[in-house]
Amino acid sequence: MSKDSAELMAQKANQEVQNESPVKALVPERLSGGDMLLRALDDEGVEFLFGYPGGQALHIYDAIFRQQRIEHILVRHEQAATHMADGYARATGRTGVVIVTSGPGVTNTITGIATAYMDSIPMVIISGQVPNNQIGTDAFQETDMVGVSRPIVKHSFLIKSAAEIPVAVKKAFYIATTGRPGPVVIDIPKDMTDPNILFDYAYPKSVKLRAYNPSLKGHPRQIKKAVELLLQSKRPVLYAGGGVVQGNASDLLIQLAKRLNLPVTNTLMGLGSFPATDQQFLGMLGMHGTYEANMTMHHCDLVFAVGARFDDRVTNAVDKFCPDAQIVHIDIDPTSISKIIRADVPIVGLVDIVLKSIVQQVEKALSGALELPDYKEWWAQINSWRNAHGLDTDARLANLKNPKILPQQVILSLYRATQGKAFVSSDVGQHQMFAAQYYKFDEPRKWINSGGLGTMGFGLPAAMGVKIAFPNETVVCVTGEGSFMMNMQELSTCMQYGLAVKVICLNNQALGMVKQWQDMQYGGRHSASTYADSLPDLVKVAETFGHVGMRVEALAELDAAMDELFSEKNVNKLVILDVKVDPEEHVYPMAIKGGSMQDMILTRGESI
Amino acid sequence: MRRMIAVLLENEAGALSRIVGLFAQRNYNIETLSVAPTEDVNLSRLTITLRGDDAKLEQIIKHLNRLIEVLKVADLTDGEHVERGIMLIKVRAEGASRAEVKRSVEIFKGRIIDVTPRMYTIELVGSADKFSAFMATLEKRSIVEVVRSGLAGISRGEKALIV
Ligand SMILES: Cc1ncc(C[n+]2csc(CCOP(=O)(O)OP(=O)(O)O)c2C)c(N)n1
Ligand SMILES: [Mg+2]
Repeated sequence: MSKDSAELMAQKANQEVQNESPVKALVPERLSGGDMLLRALDDEGVEFLFGYPGGQALHIYDAIFRQQRIEHILVRHEQAATHMADGYARATGRTGVVIVTSGPGVTNTITGIATAYMDSIPMVIISGQVPNNQIGTDAFQETDMVGVSRPIVKHSFLIKSAAEIPVAVKKAFYIATTGRPGPVVIDIPKDMTDPNILFDYAYPKSVKLRAYNPSLKGHPRQIKKAVELLLQSKRPVLYAGGGVVQGNASDLLIQLAKRLNLPVTNTLMGLGSFPATDQQFLGMLGMHGTYEANMTMHHCDLVFAVGARFDDRVTNAVDKFCPDAQIVHIDIDPTSISKIIRADVPIVGLVDIVLKSIVQQVEKALSGALELPDYKEWWAQINSWRNAHGLDTDARLANLKNPKILPQQVILSLYRATQGKAFVSSDVGQHQMFAAQYYKFDEPRKWINSGGLGTMGFGLPAAMGVKIAFPNETVVCVTGEGSFMMNMQELSTCMQYGLAVKVICLNNQALGMVKQWQDMQYGGRHSASTYADSLPDLVKVAETFGHVGMRVEALAELDAAMDELFSEKNVNKLVILDVKVDPEEHVYPMAIKGGSMQDMILTRGESI
Repeated sequence: MRRMIAVLLENEAGALSRIVGLFAQRNYNIETLSVAPTEDVNLSRLTITLRGDDAKLEQIIKHLNRLIEVLKVADLTDGEHVERGIMLIKVRAEGASRAEVKRSVEIFKGRIIDVTPRMYTIELVGSADKFSAFMATLEKRSIVEVVRSGLAGISRGEKALIV
């Protein structure tokens, strides 16, 4: 072949390619149900799938194998897949995606779905199901996933025809992320993903559901009323919850608080939405909230609630709640408003949009005749509470007494070593409360914990989800030995994907929170809350899984060990730091059952 | 207080179970329930009667509205409304009581739809109040079987629950 003819052929081939492309665009791609699912997830912008395979999901898993754009993370237990997706979602604001097989695969996800549901976390769970013609026959590994998950999902889909898959995916993400976010299940019978049956693939740009219109601006008249109340109030408090974090409204909350010099308290879920190092921050409120936060709530004349839901762990006895206060309540979910505490000014809307118009109206009022409200007396009162019994006044923490380690000191040491900048996930128990009280979160989405459901076993997989989203950030899991053992099999997953999470175990050799309640309410009878003689050596556990283990048993070693944990040599390693803490320590303050918010026990044997 | 709620929802698989599930999950008791498609085949209409105070009703309505498939919810007891259900009763009707039962059926504008020498089967259309009033006319021992449909409700006048 001459050089010319070769060139000619190449030119011709190029032309053909060019000619072909417009034609190709008109003819839709033909894909199987399984491939459509993966393409739809990709078109939705999904980066990671957290999952575990099995029979009814095998067509889907083959489709996963045949594509490169989405990475699948293989966990060791489906519950962990949901918590990983959850941690990923909490830290990034994006939707976490889980994929599991039918039967035991889906039942293992239930705890994680319920956890996400209670905390309004966007999640999509894709589950394999037995083929359509076997549904209802008690087929092998058949579980009615839509039925089992119904009370703990925002919505669910059972795919009845494979052609629906792209639209169902679009709808699922739309529902999971808009309004009050939450988990959505897509249950897919195996025959829907048959690799031999092809469909025209097209991903919808948008979907409309005529019965679902979530974006809300808040009622202008109510917003006006709220601003009036705020500007008239002599003793206001901003009570901000997880809705501010999830609704990306932290900046506006800060703006409002700063403009008027308002005191701010956060719920367990809201921590980080207002900078904890700021003077205006009173700390967490509620059952284990700070003295000043709970006193401020009880004595205020205006509760300005933003993205919070007056949980029973906050209010204590409802009939004694904030006796002198009017209540403004901003929330995206109308069912949260006036559910527990009747709101004087209910505002249903997206917190960022509502706060924006509140900030604007406050600004307008202040630029007019109105003078800046003066809360001098109120702040003097609040500061006197803070100085009397604030967390910083715990003399035991200042007077170090080697070798005993108080769990609070571990959190303080962690805070120092990470300069307050780490992502911190926690499990559930005393360690969780100590972390919430003593790690000062200055940014939203850095505190990752199961607030509503209180799920032990959440911490490690959630931290892994965060680490996958932010591989270069410091991610810490503060845990207790009880919680840690509920999902420690995931140490193997961490090895597979190189997830260098730092695990700090406040090891009190007991189900500490349960034991505390038994100490306080059951005459110290420790029914099924201790197991000191049968615990594994967590250093060896770490090593068995190929990671690094460290132990601290005396206070004098704590800071050095903490520094080593975060030292350069450990940057790419998962390290478990097992800290032997004082098993007798209780979490205080603690609300007195049946009392108002000002009724707290502050230290052992004392009450106010 | 007795309340009547009307719900318009997408006629989709599983939608009804979400509503019934919601009542169980939130500890609300359903007294009667009726459900059927509307003139639009994509829509079903439910009428639910239950007992509860204002706060409870407000929560129920909000929760119903939160379901993705629910288009509209209305408290029919909030205004003038009409309700109708159907009741079928099988009663023993022998001797002197046979004529007595027949008279009651006429007074209540019911119909006897099946007859044997010892039994009447009666059909009654109306409201819950009418049903209980009619039942009160029967001697308890004579009642063999009662079956009632759920109530269907609609507002009076111009007010309408439509999409
Ligand atoms: C899955 C689950 N089961 C039971 C509980 C009840 N519970 C709450 S705290 C707690 C003890 C937690 O022990 P540990 O993880 O060691 O934390 P500690 O309180 O000792 O710090 C238990 C059993 C729970 N929250 N979650
Ligand atoms: Mg413990």
